[in-house]
Amino acid sequence: MSTRTAERAAPPAARRRSPLGFLRGRSLHIYTWLVIAWLLLPICVMILFGFNDTQSRYNTKWQGFTFKWYGELFAIDELTTALINSLLIALLTMLIAGTLGTLIGLALGRYRFRGAGPLNLVMFAAIACAEIVMGASLLSMFVTLSAPLGFWTILIAHVMFSVSFVAVTVRARVLTLDPALEEAARDLGAGPLTTFRLVTFPMIFPGVMAGSLLAFALSIDDFVITNFTAGGTVTFPLWIWGSTRVGTPPQVNVMGTLIFAVGVLLAIGLRLIARRRAA
Amino acid sequence: MSRRAAALTPYWLIMPGGLWLAIFFVVPMVMMLSLSLQQGDVVNGFQLTWHWQTYVDGVTTYHSQIVRSLQYGLASTLLQIVIGYPVAYWIAMHGGDRKTAYLFLLLLPFFVSFVLRTLSWQFFLSDDGILLGTLKSLGLVEQDYHVLATGGAVIGGLTYNFLPFMILPIYVALERVDPRLLEAAHDLYAGRVQTFLRVVLPLSLPGVFAGVLMTFVPAASDYVNATVLGGTNNTMIGNVIQNQYLVTQDYPMASALSFTLMGALLVGIFLYARALGTEDVLEVAAR
Repeated sequence: MSTRTAERAAPPAARRRSPLGFLRGRSLHIYTWLVIAWLLLPICVMILFGFNDTQSRYNTKWQGFTFKWYGELFAIDELTTALINSLLIALLTMLIAGTLGTLIGLALGRYRFRGAGPLNLVMFAAIACAEIVMGASLLSMFVTLSAPLGFWTILIAHVMFSVSFVAVTVRARVLTLDPALEEAARDLGAGPLTTFRLVTFPMIFPGVMAGSLLAFALSIDDFVITNFTAGGTVTFPLWIWGSTRVGTPPQVNVMGTLIFAVGVLLAIGLRLIARRRAA
Repeated sequence: MSRRAAALTPYWLIMPGGLWLAIFFVVPMVMMLSLSLQQGDVVNGFQLTWHWQTYVDGVTTYHSQIVRSLQYGLASTLLQIVIGYPVAYWIAMHGGDRKTAYLFLLLLPFFVSFVLRTLSWQFFLSDDGILLGTLKSLGLVEQDYHVLATGGAVIGGLTYNFLPFMILPIYVALERVDPRLLEAAHDLYAGRVQTFLRVVLPLSLPGVFAGVLMTFVPAASDYVNATVLGGTNNTMIGNVIQNQYLVTQDYPMASALSFTLMGALLVGIFLYARALGTEDVLEVAAR
């Protein structure tokens, strides 16, 4: 009996026997790496051609290695403005959608109330809805109200499509919490705000952080909805889109590379912090 | 806090976000519906005339783009299942301690802007670019051979861009498969193929369904891939909507087409949601 229990307690990964074991190891392993290579190929191309010593605006043929474009990163004013717009909008989206989404996540994870069902349905619709339909409907509204398109309409749109993602992430975190901890805080005389500040918020913080970063990432990458709500304002993806007909300068590759590097380092850093906390 | 005040707490919490969604997601849909039934032009303004004919005109004029969108969406979704399932399977069953690392590698493309990734493909596949230029100079393919401006390039681009969204939910479903079930199947003398077909595959189907939901909608409604990789002869319904809204400014027609697209996609989504349960789909979508 005791040996059996010990066997059960062994981690499932170690004992897991794959039914398609004959494909084990080699072929599927190689296949997985091939798919990963395929996924990373365009990224490598992007990084490599940020170092291309191209003479014309058409950065399509390899002409030698240079660091020149890193030095002239901000040489194209419009591109720099576009990048600043993107970063600013992503930052504001992160703050606003992060706050609103966290509040919704708390309500859905902690309370049972009438209206939770319809709210879930609307959030589900907002996550599953085709981007072009969201962009088109917002533009329909702005046109009907003759609202001027620009920075603020982009921000409104970005908060709208990312708030549900934050809410779902935070809700998942809230559901893992033990309500007894908050009760204990209350029994010890903490008021609702103190309980939230000292007990609830620190515990849901990883969820809030993950949700807010997701909002930032969704915002800075968005093209379709921004294309509909931007008017004359240009963001980084919109500028790239506009440049495709006249040739994309290497600065775009460099900025793409830098955003990629910062994102990857940030993700790895957060992961390491989370792991250290867990240990 | 009184009991009545406590009962109101969740409503205070959801109010700002809920209002934002109501005003900027639900209301615009209603306005778009209204706009699709109006007649007029940008100069003289639009009037609500309940002109349902716009829908009929839209479907008859652009039926080839609508059909092409559904075909490309379907083709790329099927390709993603075929390409992605084995990857999800290998990571879930054989990933060992490195599962997270493999998943991270699969997510790396999302650190590069969607437009930039697609552009990078255009660049890689261009007629005398890195790939074809090399092959042509080696004499391995015809001089006038091209990949860009074909339907295949668009389907390839769509498959590439949404593949991780297919792999992740399948991975989640496979990861949840209880290893004891596999042992039980083995003990009951099921062969490896039989165990896969009768135990693992059925248990992973919810993941496949969720993956289809997450990839078919963006693929069928996309216009970035069709524009960058497909040229002018492979336009999808997204191209038409984008053009009608932003260039021609025929808002009623554009709205009617958006609604037709949304209607077609919504029917599919809600059938899925009913089969799976909304909460499950939301949870998978949030990963």
